[in-house]
Amino acid sequence: MVPIVHYLILSALLFAIGTIGVIISRNLIIIFMAIELMLNAANLAIITFSRMHGNVDGHAFVFIVLTVAAAEAAVGLAIMIMIFRNKETINADKFNLLKR
Amino acid sequence: MLIETIIFYTAAVLAIGGAVMMIRQQNPVASVLYFIVSLVAQAILYVQLSALFIGALLIIIYAGAIMVLFLFVIMLLNLRGEKFEGAQSKIGGGAKFVLSIVFFVELIFIVKQIVFPPGMQNGQQQIADTFGSVEMVATHLFREYLFPFELTSILLLVAIIGAVVIAKREKSDTGGEI
Repeated sequence: MVPIVHYLILSALLFAIGTIGVIISRNLIIIFMAIELMLNAANLAIITFSRMHGNVDGHAFVFIVLTVAAAEAAVGLAIMIMIFRNKETINADKFNLLKR
Repeated sequence: MLIETIIFYTAAVLAIGGAVMMIRQQNPVASVLYFIVSLVAQAILYVQLSALFIGALLIIIYAGAIMVLFLFVIMLLNLRGEKFEGAQSKIGGGAKFVLSIVFFVELIFIVKQIVFPPGMQNGQQQIADTFGSVEMVATHLFREYLFPFELTSILLLVAIIGAVVIAKREKSDTGGEI
């Protein structure tokens, strides 16, 4: 039996990789996928705690988080298409309207 | 005992490797494919944690639906010739890595402070054979979490309408219907 802490450390690692992706990447699509990765890492932690307590409630939470992720992907990609139509780029450094 | 450990470490290495390759790619299509590798590895971990139904959902919804949506958008955007060097950023690359690693260490400290309740071997409780099956998850979802479950349908409806409204082309742009 793999100790439960290993799953949690893996989850933290995935979340940190997602954070690095959001901070480092300039490509809007990859930033978006890194956000999805962070959602997945949180899901893994929820599933782990659900297994630890022997309680299926966590699975219902993960189900709802999956729904939120799907909705977020749909709206976010629509926004991305809108931005690309106006600016002809998806480089995150080019979106500095509020900075000027 | 041993086979479980091997499966865990293989899946963990695949999940982390796929995630790292995902954020390192320049080509977004390759990035999506690496993310799918990471997702499949995570689904294996879910199954190992006896969450069979959620593991199947992860593959069907994420790898099947959301990633295809990403691929379609990449196809629509026509990104050929775009350059993504992060040279314009004010913060140096090393500082970003250091910030992220500090954040990771902080998470590890939080994990280390977990105190397992007594009566759990290895931090895990004994569970029934049907734990995580479709029947058990559905019973919980439709009895105790019926109201949140119904609310998700409204969330999806709002997302659909929002996506269509945002991505719709203004009529004055082209004069066409699309």
